[in-house]
Amino acid sequence: MSDTYINLSWSQVAWASALVVVNAFISVLIRLGLERRLVLAALRMVVQLILIGAVLKWVFSLRQWYAVVPLMIAMSLIGSLAAVQQTNRRYPGIWLNSIAAVFASSWLMIFVGILLIVRVHPWYSPQYAIPLAGMILGNTLSGISLTLDRFAEELTSHRDQIEAFLALGATRKEAAREPIRKAVTTGMMPTVNFMVLAGIVTLPGTMTGQLLAGVDPISAVKYQIVIMFLLVSGTALGTVGIAIFAYRRLFNSRHQFLYWLISQPDKSRLDGILSP
Amino acid sequence: MSKDNLLLRAAGIGRRAPDSGGWLLQDISFDICAGERLAIVGPSGSGKSLLLRALALLDAIDAGEIELRAKPAAVSSVPDHRRDVIYLHQRPALFEGTVEWNLQKPFSLKIHRRNRRYDRGRVLELLRAVGRDDSFLRKTNGQLSGGEAQITALIRAIQLEPSILLLDEPTAALDQETAAAAERLVNDWLRQLPHGRAMVLVSHDSSQARRMSDRILRIRNGRLEGNSGE
Repeated sequence: MSDTYINLSWSQVAWASALVVVNAFISVLIRLGLERRLVLAALRMVVQLILIGAVLKWVFSLRQWYAVVPLMIAMSLIGSLAAVQQTNRRYPGIWLNSIAAVFASSWLMIFVGILLIVRVHPWYSPQYAIPLAGMILGNTLSGISLTLDRFAEELTSHRDQIEAFLALGATRKEAAREPIRKAVTTGMMPTVNFMVLAGIVTLPGTMTGQLLAGVDPISAVKYQIVIMFLLVSGTALGTVGIAIFAYRRLFNSRHQFLYWLISQPDKSRLDGILSP
Repeated sequence: MSKDNLLLRAAGIGRRAPDSGGWLLQDISFDICAGERLAIVGPSGSGKSLLLRALALLDAIDAGEIELRAKPAAVSSVPDHRRDVIYLHQRPALFEGTVEWNLQKPFSLKIHRRNRRYDRGRVLELLRAVGRDDSFLRKTNGQLSGGEAQITALIRAIQLEPSILLLDEPTAALDQETAAAAERLVNDWLRQLPHGRAMVLVSHDSSQARRMSDRILRIRNGRLEGNSGE
């Protein structure tokens, strides 16, 4: 880290928080009705970040796999549940499908990143493992969520066509091919767009963080490129994985479409906790 | 009907509601022989459509057995069964594109592309029977009336030369003229190969059921009430 790095004091953070008051004032002024939500969201964000900061401080000081891995597991589980929470249609088994897709895709990419590309030693070094896990999980879960939503939407709105296709002799794979293609494309699109616009419209998070910490820009760019590839690969695996899991749940081996399994979500208490 | 003519047999079919587990269809048994035109009638919600869907293996059954040419349907490949027994929904489901593209679409499926090709001549012959020419093939699905869409779906099924057509209220939403054309199409198709084809029609219109069939099955609350006809 460079000596140009400015360590923020709590009073500086407090000054920044005053900006929320400005936003709330604008909301009141033009009657947006957002002020309460805005303030609550800001408070929630501050509390969440301070809590995770305290946890990270403890994990960083411990530098042991038995502190890092459980934290990554907890992050993955919360991510899996949040992915489902954002969907408008569900089916029995969707939670397990999401957990399996998040773990299989993200953890593979986390280990590829840590062990094969960045070659961190020891592999559980929290300075690398946790930010990498956070970024990969964040992207994968939104990809999974979009894929699940679009897949269920396609199956529901095109049920007649899918059944007509099955009735004409299509296999379940042939009948579900188009909905799967559309769902995976939807899930991948934000990550692909982000990659296209990186450096032109936005400076991605890792790069920005490293630049703020005084790292050489070319070194920051190299990290960003590696991370973008890990993100896009994790999202691709996650979206294809969840589409296959959902397809196998909603079409049985007798090439029957189990449309009645798809339902509108019954918002649980967990939804309240995970919703924005 | 002799046993040699037997195409499809339903033996004690039962189906439960996926949510409540109550019986939607119970102990339904009947045979369909080559050359036969069978109608299934009954009040709304009696299970007519469910029965047709079960015969096409579109829904799982919870009891009984379906046999095609004396072989249990459970042991054959489901797409193979559906190549021979085609179900046509009362709401014609067409894909985005022209009529011709819709008619070509089934030939992209593994089950048909093995030994069949799209035959434009045959399609034009079927179209002429319902008073349409080749310009109809260029219409897109958005330009079709409900009746024209149903005619397209019917031709899409008939050109695949199934042994049995399962027609679920095929003319329910059609005007009289188009309904007559659809009936003519089905009757001509049956007449072309009377010893190899059969048709099962679900209808709420008892006069259509009498006109279009040789035998009528009545269904109520998921059970057959008895046969009539010939």
